[in-house]
Amino acid sequence: MRFVDNYKADATADLVYRVCPMHLLEPVEFIKDLKPGQVLEILTDYDGALEDIPAWCAKHGQEFIGIGEDEDADCYRLYIKKLH
Amino acid sequence: MERVYMDHAAATPVRPEVLEAMLPYFAQRFGNPSAVYDLGSEIKEVLEEQRAKVARLINAQPGEVIFTSSGAEANNLAIKGVSLANLKKGRHLIVSAIEHHSVLNAARYLEKFHDFEVTFLPVDKHGLVDPARLKRSLTPGTVMVSIGHASNEIGTVQSIPELAELCRDEGIFFHTDAVATIGNMPVDVQALSVDLLTISGPALGAAKGSGALYFRRKLRLVPQIHGGIQEDGRRGGTENIPGIVGLGRAAELAATELDKRARFLTRMRELLVAGITGRVQNVLYTGHPQQRLPGHASFCIEGIEGEALVFMLNRQGIYANTGSACASKALKTSPVLCAIGIRPDLAQGSIVFTLGADNREAEVHYVLEQLPRAVEKLRSFSPVWRKKMAAGAGA
Repeated sequence: MRFVDNYKADATADLVYRVCPMHLLEPVEFIKDLKPGQVLEILTDYDGALEDIPAWCAKHGQEFIGIGEDEDADCYRLYIKKLH
Repeated sequence: MERVYMDHAAATPVRPEVLEAMLPYFAQRFGNPSAVYDLGSEIKEVLEEQRAKVARLINAQPGEVIFTSSGAEANNLAIKGVSLANLKKGRHLIVSAIEHHSVLNAARYLEKFHDFEVTFLPVDKHGLVDPARLKRSLTPGTVMVSIGHASNEIGTVQSIPELAELCRDEGIFFHTDAVATIGNMPVDVQALSVDLLTISGPALGAAKGSGALYFRRKLRLVPQIHGGIQEDGRRGGTENIPGIVGLGRAAELAATELDKRARFLTRMRELLVAGITGRVQNVLYTGHPQQRLPGHASFCIEGIEGEALVFMLNRQGIYANTGSACASKALKTSPVLCAIGIRPDLAQGSIVFTLGADNREAEVHYVLEQLPRAVEKLRSFSPVWRKKMAAGAGA
């Protein structure tokens, strides 16, 4: 797992308390609206997202940047760069 | 007269236009909106169209509407969902003392099982929450405030924008239960400044089993029905499509009819109120005299039991209510009437008429003919009333 610090995102998908697999469905909608090179931040409290999001990026040709390093946060912050 | 129904706060007939819209979704268009084939995806489109219709009625975005099974479920989702999603902010809730049981008991649940502290805010003699008192009750740990838009028991409409803005200034979530007002007067979530708002389908002439919760975009909610990804993962369970289609159609109709309906109901209410207060002695018109629901007339009649009056009127084909169904069945004094300071013996004589668009002026006249007779008869059985009259304290 790669960790990043204070990464600036162009859009945020807040999926905290939303059930699985919303962490895979809603980011797709957000990515549609981004331009290549822009970054999506995903907020989630679902542990499975730590495996699912990088795997989804690998499968769909998007870049998984990493997970935010914020010990006080009440959720995970994952970053994806849109490649196409 | 065959039947005079004046208990629209308890149930309303499903409107013919609404029923017609619902019917294809029971047997022909029965697909599951989560299914990916045509029979499902077409229904998903229908579902989203209804969401847009409900959003339009309350000036919200479609993505800010969650369909529920009732107003009670929407109240539970609002109170418990927001409180549990914001435990880091604190564990203090404020609700008014005259809320519906689904708000009061959701708050009590948090108090009992999640160590929340709940402030039950008192109201004045008309049932209004005092903004200064609300402000004094806010603490650094207050997560949310829930105050109903109007009371179905006494008809009083709260000054929601003023109360909600107080909370917004402090970063506290504000919820209002609009079951009593939706379809009866304008309900605009932007003008009201609320973060969450409850809607019930039957209040609009849709079917029982339909409701919705408005939640401001970006607000987090812990689901209260755990299941699949229905309602974008915020409320599990296959959607009640016929009910939701009915709710959408009813919202569409309400948006076009609101002004006319409110004027009609206000006129009918005034006729009923003037008639009852003019023909029956020792009667108290409860709730706020002006700031109230258009079709709502509530009274406490001295020397009678409200329940007995309901039965007497029932025999004449008139259907009204004592106000709080739960309280009346347990023969308890209504907590709402207690909260506005009505003494228990007078509160026992509570009677509530909630008018609908299907009522006619002739029906009001029929009630005005029958009700004084019923009151007189009941009072003739009452030793307390007879004693009072004998002592000359009646007028």
